[in-house]
Amino acid sequence: MSGAVVDPRLSPARAAPKKGLSLSWSDPRFRNIVWQVLILGTITAIVWYLVQNTSRNLAARRIATGFAFLGRTAGIPIGESLIDYDPAINTYGRALLIGLLNTLKVAVVGVVLATIWGTVLGVARLSKNWLISRLAAVYVEVIRDVPLLLQLLFWYLVLQGLPAPRNSFHPLPGVFLSNRGIKFPVVEWEGPFWWALGALALGILGTMAWSRTAARQQEATGVRPKVWPVALGLLVGFPLLVWGALGAPFAVEMPALRGFNFTGGATVSPEYAALTLGLVVYTASYIAEIVRSGILAVPTGQWEAGGAIGLRSSTVLRKIVLPQALRVIIPPMTSQYLNLTKNSSLAVAIGYQDVVSIASTTLNQTGQAIEGIAAIMVVYLAISLSISFLMNWYNARIALVER
Amino acid sequence: MKRITSLGALLLGAGLAFSPPAAAQDSGSATINTIKSRGQLVCGVSTGVAGFSLADSKGVTQGIDADTCRAVAAAILGDANKVRFVPTTTTNRFTALQSGELDLLVRSTTWTLGREGNLGLLFAGVNFYDGTGFLVKSAAGVKSVKDLDGATICVQPGTSTELAIADYFRLNKLKFTPVLIQDLAEIQNTYLAGRCDSYSTDASGLAAFRFQQGPKAGEHVLLPEIISKEPLGMMVRKGDDKFFDLVRWTLFAMIQAEESGVSSKNIDEMLKSTNPDVRRLVGTEGDLGKALGVDNRWAVNVIKGIGNYGEMWDRTVAPLGIPRGINNLWNKGGLHYPPPIR
Repeated sequence: MSGAVVDPRLSPARAAPKKGLSLSWSDPRFRNIVWQVLILGTITAIVWYLVQNTSRNLAARRIATGFAFLGRTAGIPIGESLIDYDPAINTYGRALLIGLLNTLKVAVVGVVLATIWGTVLGVARLSKNWLISRLAAVYVEVIRDVPLLLQLLFWYLVLQGLPAPRNSFHPLPGVFLSNRGIKFPVVEWEGPFWWALGALALGILGTMAWSRTAARQQEATGVRPKVWPVALGLLVGFPLLVWGALGAPFAVEMPALRGFNFTGGATVSPEYAALTLGLVVYTASYIAEIVRSGILAVPTGQWEAGGAIGLRSSTVLRKIVLPQALRVIIPPMTSQYLNLTKNSSLAVAIGYQDVVSIASTTLNQTGQAIEGIAAIMVVYLAISLSISFLMNWYNARIALVER
Repeated sequence: MKRITSLGALLLGAGLAFSPPAAAQDSGSATINTIKSRGQLVCGVSTGVAGFSLADSKGVTQGIDADTCRAVAAAILGDANKVRFVPTTTTNRFTALQSGELDLLVRSTTWTLGREGNLGLLFAGVNFYDGTGFLVKSAAGVKSVKDLDGATICVQPGTSTELAIADYFRLNKLKFTPVLIQDLAEIQNTYLAGRCDSYSTDASGLAAFRFQQGPKAGEHVLLPEIISKEPLGMMVRKGDDKFFDLVRWTLFAMIQAEESGVSSKNIDEMLKSTNPDVRRLVGTEGDLGKALGVDNRWAVNVIKGIGNYGEMWDRTVAPLGIPRGINNLWNKGGLHYPPPIR
């Protein structure tokens, strides 16, 4: 053999002992694998048995199965929808899509309003003004203690108590409040509005860019150039200019009483209004407490330190306290958003046609209960996971970066 | 209501998932055996419709649907009172029957091909011929459904009514906005509150609702048009033909009894009758009861307990001011035509 020196670490005798899997109960890896296989196997077997047995029983009872009904003409009337729907032409699939959109319409508006209203209440409860803080406290305690379903029925009843269309309240020109809902005028949407909307989007991008430039200049020179005149120009002036250049079309469609009801304009139905109002009022009471706990979680020293370096209390709140409070607020807030979305399924009680309402009508008309319930579960799972995903992403973004 | 619906559906899922494979279901008349060993018929009815099934001041469920349940109990168990009534909504009624929670469903439910084809259920007969009608407030001055263009209409979702209205309005190029609420009391209150211009359901249900308004009944008018056929009847699960036969023939026996002049008042004399039709009905001749798998005196028990169809009608539906109309016997201008009991 040659005289080459072999690295002793490479010789098999010196290498780390190879982690062979010993088939002994005392080997934790072996134990883990056995348990996992057992548990997974059992679950698979149970699921397989349930699916097999269910489909066999369904077949034996001659109950129709499968999702083919989604392509069948629905025939069920729907009160309000964001997209066109004609029961004679459209399918159960589209009806369910309308239900999903109706659910989202409540959830998105509800989440935004509940957050705003809840934050106001939470801050109010911490107010030094005795009356305001007591009022907020009473609100939270009372609203939290009354079941949501009762509150929804209450709001629906209140809205039904409004006068008939012929005697409706008429607070502003073109705005009518009646037991058929809130009617208000809408601007007729025409091509130039799309262009103006595009201009607004560009304006937002431009403002963001300018704001960043301003920040850079502030870091370099210590002087921050004014942002608001540019923002005003880009966000208001530019879209107006585009709209004006295209002929500035502007036609308002006014609601008018004809026959039984109003025609023209847009409507907020009593069902939608009652549901959204109920959900916002209820969820806000929880959000208020979350906001309060978040703010209280920031030590007073932070306020005092902010004050000591001469910052105004609004700046301290915005720049020092809120960023820290948000870390406490966001995770429980996620649960509230999920709750609000799921609670929107109580819509059925007051006749708002959310996805649960339309799916249960569908399952009743087609007789396919298992598929109908499965569709509802998939929809809520998808919405909930999306909310969780968004909120977790936001939470990770604002989390304390530890160096 | 949604809870009940989902629960019903989940129960169905669970029931189907966990119950043993279906082989045991096909053994002759498993349902009758179950009812006999339980000593009680479990019958699904509505949550409260006057004339069909509504608890009276003593908590006893009264109505033509309730009595149809009682008649089946009398035929099987010999006692019309051995019934447990289960209130069901329009959306959980089928799942409750499919999952075996009920033996029989008599809930003013319309017989349609879609339901028989898809639900795994069978209609055993029609105890009430009905049709979709519209109720409006007299003050609105509406004279016909054609005047309802653009109207808001209160209707229960999951019913054949909502499909009938959608079809009718489309065919007549009329527009309407539906307000759909599951709970019967809630939809009626919504109509009374003025949220809807019209309340639509089966004409009998409207008559019953109007009747319940007491002195205010005059504030509501039933429009003349009946826009659909709604034969209401009893439903059973598919796969138990013996039980199906029994339910079907119990109703026919009541109708035949009216036709033959047999009633709860003269049933004891009729046992001595020499008329072969009557003798076969009351079981003094032949073994028709045994052929159905029950006592040969089954029809006697039904007539003693409930009376004939006419008596049942007069006791339950007539007080609501609903005319007999097409619900009369075939030889009196109606649709009730019992096949020969022989």
